[in-house]
Amino acid sequence: MTITGIAAIGAGLAAIGAGVGIGKIGGSAMEAMARQPEMHGKIQSSALILAAFVEAVALFGVVAALIV
Amino acid sequence: MDLIKPGFGLVFWTIITFLILLFLLRKFAWKPILGAVSEREEGIKEALASAENARKEMENLQADNERILQEARAEREAMLKDAREIREQTIAKAETEAQEKASKIIEKAQAAIESEKKAAMAELKSHVAGLSLDIAEKVVRNELSNKDKQLKLVEDMLGEATLK
Amino acid sequence: MFVNSFNVRTFAANLKEGILKPQRMTLSTLKRTVFTVLFLSVFSFGFAKDAKEGGDDEKFDAKSMIMHHVKDAYGMHIITLNEGKEDEKHITIPLPVILWTDNGLTTFMSSEFHHDYHGHEIVEKNGGKFVNVHEKIYQLNAGETAVKLDEEGHPTNAEMPLDFSITRNVFMMWISVAVLLLIFFTAARRYKKSSDNVPSGIASFVEPLVVFVRDEIAKPMIGEHKYKKYMPYLLTVFFFIWINNIFGLIPILNGANLSGNIAFTMVLAIFTFIITTFSGNKNYWKHIFWMPGVPVPMKIFLAPIEIIGIFTKPISLMIRLFANITAGHIIILALMSLIFIFKSVAVAPVSVAFSLFIGIIEIVVTAIQAYIFTVLSALYFGMATEEAHH
Repeated sequence: MTITGIAAIGAGLAAIGAGVGIGKIGGSAMEAMARQPEMHGKIQSSALILAAFVEAVALFGVVAALIV
Repeated sequence: MDLIKPGFGLVFWTIITFLILLFLLRKFAWKPILGAVSEREEGIKEALASAENARKEMENLQADNERILQEARAEREAMLKDAREIREQTIAKAETEAQEKASKIIEKAQAAIESEKKAAMAELKSHVAGLSLDIAEKVVRNELSNKDKQLKLVEDMLGEATLK
Repeated sequence: MFVNSFNVRTFAANLKEGILKPQRMTLSTLKRTVFTVLFLSVFSFGFAKDAKEGGDDEKFDAKSMIMHHVKDAYGMHIITLNEGKEDEKHITIPLPVILWTDNGLTTFMSSEFHHDYHGHEIVEKNGGKFVNVHEKIYQLNAGETAVKLDEEGHPTNAEMPLDFSITRNVFMMWISVAVLLLIFFTAARRYKKSSDNVPSGIASFVEPLVVFVRDEIAKPMIGEHKYKKYMPYLLTVFFFIWINNIFGLIPILNGANLSGNIAFTMVLAIFTFIITTFSGNKNYWKHIFWMPGVPVPMKIFLAPIEIIGIFTKPISLMIRLFANITAGHIIILALMSLIFIFKSVAVAPVSVAFSLFIGIIEIVVTAIQAYIFTVLSALYFGMATEEAHH
């Protein structure tokens, strides 16, 4: 297997991690919104911010894969 | 790899463009827009506050009116009460005065009657005394000749002239 | 999701004001103006001719096609007519190439390369020989007459001069700046005209967005008292990123992928980093170097992490925007490439449907990424200016 192939696998693993993380955030945000619809806006914006943080980690992985 | 190497030219032009854009928008767009928005918000806030003030003032005014009305009512009642009292007092006073006057008049009249009576009595007495003297003179002249008769006469006359 | 609530709010606000109609009118006027400008710019530039690419029968290379779309380029290529035939015609907006070489400033139009990016066409200017190898300009070393490439496609006998060229991305950036200035100056003038500060026309379209940035981003992240200082930066960044994200999605502009270019995102992230660092108060630096409220060994352990954190924050900002936008472009292009990879029309409906679907998601992502970049910048400013509370 070439180094690029390994890098691609690494990027894929990073994507899985981020997918799980963002999925959890989204699920919990939905639950929270259903429980407290009046907090809809606040929950949404904080969920987006949290998703951005999780995503950043995955993107670091992708960039690492790109550099290799 | 090439993808994540920032090109020098683009970095250069982005810095310049962004700074110019920031300057222009800050001066000619954000300032007037944000200024207008916040000014309007202030205006709305002020309008709401002044409306609230007006409402409070109205409430105060109404309370004042109510108070004044009540005061007026109380005053009227007090005045009516006063008037009634004064009337009653006046009547009572008039009554007592009239009574006093009447009793005084009666007293005076009684006194006058008494004094008249006394005067009349005195006059009567003097008249009777005169008359009795006259009578006595005559009787004396008549009867003095007869000694019995004289005594009888004096006795009769004394019996007759019993004064009260 | 985000965009939906956004629009509903805007819509409701407009409905409340009872000015739905004038707004719609100005929007369509704006649209017309933008398109007129675009078409004029396309047709006022020359129709560049000819250019021969190697063998036409070569296999369709999706990767190189996508990379050429995603990366910067020296000319704005609109369309190729009669591809592979005798009278092949490229319609391109030529853009100026500005180089700083040993002989001083060298400028020429990108059309002089005649659409060659394999290093065949040599442009001689100002005593230097220049070639375009995969949209990067190299200056041949003295005495060389042709470019030699190594197996990875990098020239071995040429140097890269300092490149200030007005590339496709720079050109699109300036167009976006012009559009931004047009929109917001018009809006600002509307306020000046109205005596009672009531928004009308385009101002009623812009105002909810501006108020959104102020009330949903700046105020909660930075705080009521200090947010005013950062408003111009946040607003500019938000709209600059958003409009360039949108411009990247317009197909006729040929995927000018400015906000998906790491140079662009790097500059914005550096600005955020500089502002954060310079507005950092005592409390902020104390939290970095000597974290209060934890035992001393922990303080020593945390300091390097926090110091690294100062730099990873802007770097993650840079990479997030770059990767999101570039990934969107790559996905759409890859889906479209399926048609040519399978060489079958039957695949077309599937790949068009999928890329339409991704395209719609990308429209949402344009707004979300602009929002995320702005909100995280605001968050960092808020952290830098936070007062001690324990």
